[in-house]
Amino acid sequence: MLIDRIEARKNPTQHTLVALVENKPGVLNRVASLFRRRNFNIDSLSVGMTDDPTVSRMTIVVDASKTSASLVERNLYKCVDVIEVLDLTNVPSVIREMALVKVNIADTHKRGEVKQIADMYEARVVDVASDSLMLEITGTEDKIDAALKILSDYGIKEVVRTGRIAMARR
Amino acid sequence: MKRTGSQIIWETIINEGTDVVFGYPGGAIMPAYDALLDYHDRVHHVLVRHEENAALAADSYYRCTGKVGVCMATSGPGATNLVTGLANAMMDSSAVVAITGQVASHLVGSDAFQETDMTGISLPITKHNYLVTDLKELAAVLAEAFYIARSGRPGPVLVDICKDVQQQSIEYTPIKHVKVRGYKALRKPMNQDLQGLIGKAGALVDAAKRPVILAGQGIKHANAHDEFKVFVEESGIPVATTLLGIGVLDEDHPQNLRMMGMHGEAYVNNAIANADLLIALGMRFDDRVTGNLKMYAKNAKVIHVDIDPAEIGKNVPADVGICASVREVLPHLTEALDDSQGVAKYADWYGQINEWRGDTQAHDVLSFDLPTNMLIAPQVMRIIWEETGGQITVCTDVGQHQMFETQYFQHRRKNQLITSGGLGTMGFALPAAIGAKFGNPQEEVWAIAGDGGFQMSIPELQTVIQEGLNVKIAIINNSFLGMVRQWQELMHDRRYSSVNMTAPDFVKLAEAYRMKGLRASTIQEAREVVREARAHNGPVLIEFVVEQETNVFPMIQPGKALNDMTRRQITPEKKYMPASMGGGMDDLK
Ligand SMILES: Cc1ncc(C[n+]2csc(CCOP(=O)(O)OP(=O)(O)O)c2C)c(N)n1
Ligand SMILES: [Mg+2]
Repeated sequence: MLIDRIEARKNPTQHTLVALVENKPGVLNRVASLFRRRNFNIDSLSVGMTDDPTVSRMTIVVDASKTSASLVERNLYKCVDVIEVLDLTNVPSVIREMALVKVNIADTHKRGEVKQIADMYEARVVDVASDSLMLEITGTEDKIDAALKILSDYGIKEVVRTGRIAMARR
Repeated sequence: MKRTGSQIIWETIINEGTDVVFGYPGGAIMPAYDALLDYHDRVHHVLVRHEENAALAADSYYRCTGKVGVCMATSGPGATNLVTGLANAMMDSSAVVAITGQVASHLVGSDAFQETDMTGISLPITKHNYLVTDLKELAAVLAEAFYIARSGRPGPVLVDICKDVQQQSIEYTPIKHVKVRGYKALRKPMNQDLQGLIGKAGALVDAAKRPVILAGQGIKHANAHDEFKVFVEESGIPVATTLLGIGVLDEDHPQNLRMMGMHGEAYVNNAIANADLLIALGMRFDDRVTGNLKMYAKNAKVIHVDIDPAEIGKNVPADVGICASVREVLPHLTEALDDSQGVAKYADWYGQINEWRGDTQAHDVLSFDLPTNMLIAPQVMRIIWEETGGQITVCTDVGQHQMFETQYFQHRRKNQLITSGGLGTMGFALPAAIGAKFGNPQEEVWAIAGDGGFQMSIPELQTVIQEGLNVKIAIINNSFLGMVRQWQELMHDRRYSSVNMTAPDFVKLAEAYRMKGLRASTIQEAREVVREARAHNGPVLIEFVVEQETNVFPMIQPGKALNDMTRRQITPEKKYMPASMGGGMDDLK
């Protein structure tokens, strides 16, 4: 099931926008409300602080097959609290996501196999229980998707993924 | 100098040039109302009878004066009553600042008495909003609110101010310059090369044989009437206006085809549908002016100029999209025109349009044989227009009468028609007339409302009396929610559902409000009452009892193309036959 969802989500028309916004209460609500009101299709949205305490940074992934990224950008600019919007889609940039995965290992001698897979994906074991391992995987969406696909053979108990964050190389 | 939060509110309003505030007091805004007593020589407060009407009057005040309209209300129900008025200002881009009281800052979030989340509620219907919990921010926030409301594409801004913030004192110096980091009144898209775009636009104009200018309200907001007229006359291109664009060019101007869209005249819509170039200036291709987008002006290239970047390409793709104030762009466009431009270049095109125009006149209901004992709404509009020389400000409500007004009243100048376009707010006319009269006290102001919409704003009659306002109020009484009835006649087989409207005796109602009341039910009487009302130095309420099932034609039915219009049926003897007398309509393809 998880795999089906990953497959369905694979989408070459994704656009990545970065919005620098005022670090004030309610700004996330304003942006989310804009997307809802305009019926914009957003695949992921993540917010965090920046080096400037008055500015927060949002990374927004837009499904451009349903919503024009440029229209999203132009509407974002209508929010008074949005300072700047960058479209990173065609700009060389580093894009990352993170996932925590709890893998079933009732059969203890499978532990080694799972650790090998983890190494292949530069994932770290962050917790060990008698019947499970928790891995932390960081990378592009594709890499995390691939790791999850393989790990699902062992039985995934629980997954949590962050939204995408991105930064232009220059 | 030390000032309380309340004093800062009034001093900001005065500094911003607004001299009238429409509002209604209550618990959370009481400190501000207390301070008002010390400023009454510089700002006049109008006590409306419902907060929605405060917002609508402020909206109209802005449209008539260009000064930011201000409305004020208490927290909770007072503030929520503003909602429709704010949505109206948002849709029609009116600069309005709404000041609402909020519960004391330590109570915010506790479901205190009369606490509502006004910044949450008003988020999608304001250009921006603020909750002020700290007096240190108040002066800057208020100055920002006015700046944001009036700059760029104007719109309403709500400032929700906690009661304790109004009561405390702080050192205050009026704020002269506002700078908001993210907000640029005119945020041009990156890499917009204005000269290059003007060049491309000029080439499109040069090549076009059947161009039409689509003129919208943006021309009014930019105060670009002069620049617009020069462009129109130098280019020789015919002009169609949106509902809110009415008045950007004298409707008598030979190049002005007048209003386009759902109830525009057939020749106007035909011209647009057959155009090879549309030059859209400060308008947003609302569905009421385009009809079915898939079939909209299929062979036309589009030049779209708008101050709001999110409007360009939103509904109709632009071949040349210029994001700027029309006032900045028009002189460049005029300069880019070739010497060969002028009405003569488009002789064939005007010939074709005039051919369509002649046909339109044949369908004009006023050219029909009308029984003399019958009064129809179009006649009332024509009579008001003739009797006043067309030199008045008209505030219309929403419905059939609103469309008849656009068809039978020819507007000569800007701001002569104040009407609710984007939201279509019934109950707009009377509060709008109040706002317009305060905006221009010398002007003759008429409210024209339907029997339905008027019954939504009756309480404001007492505001008119209390303020001693000389406004004339015309009620077009067709005993129906006419526009809805028309749709039911045309699209639901005349199955009339909840559109029958009864009404009080309007003349007696006027008298109860100690206002002059008049009634007319024939053409003769209509002309007489208009004269009598104008001769009376004070407010007058006139009921025009009109034929009940007169339809507004032409009409583009929903989903149909712009030039796929339904028109009034012409019988051989040109007898006027509304549905009640067995008449029908024609489809014009
Ligand atoms: C507040 C509000 N409620 C409902 C409507 C829907 N509506 C549009 S026109 C209309 C009929 C208006 O009737 P009336 O005021 O009598 O004017 P008429 O069309 O008869 O001229 C209605 C109900 C609206 N526009 N606004
Ligand atoms: Mg009516």
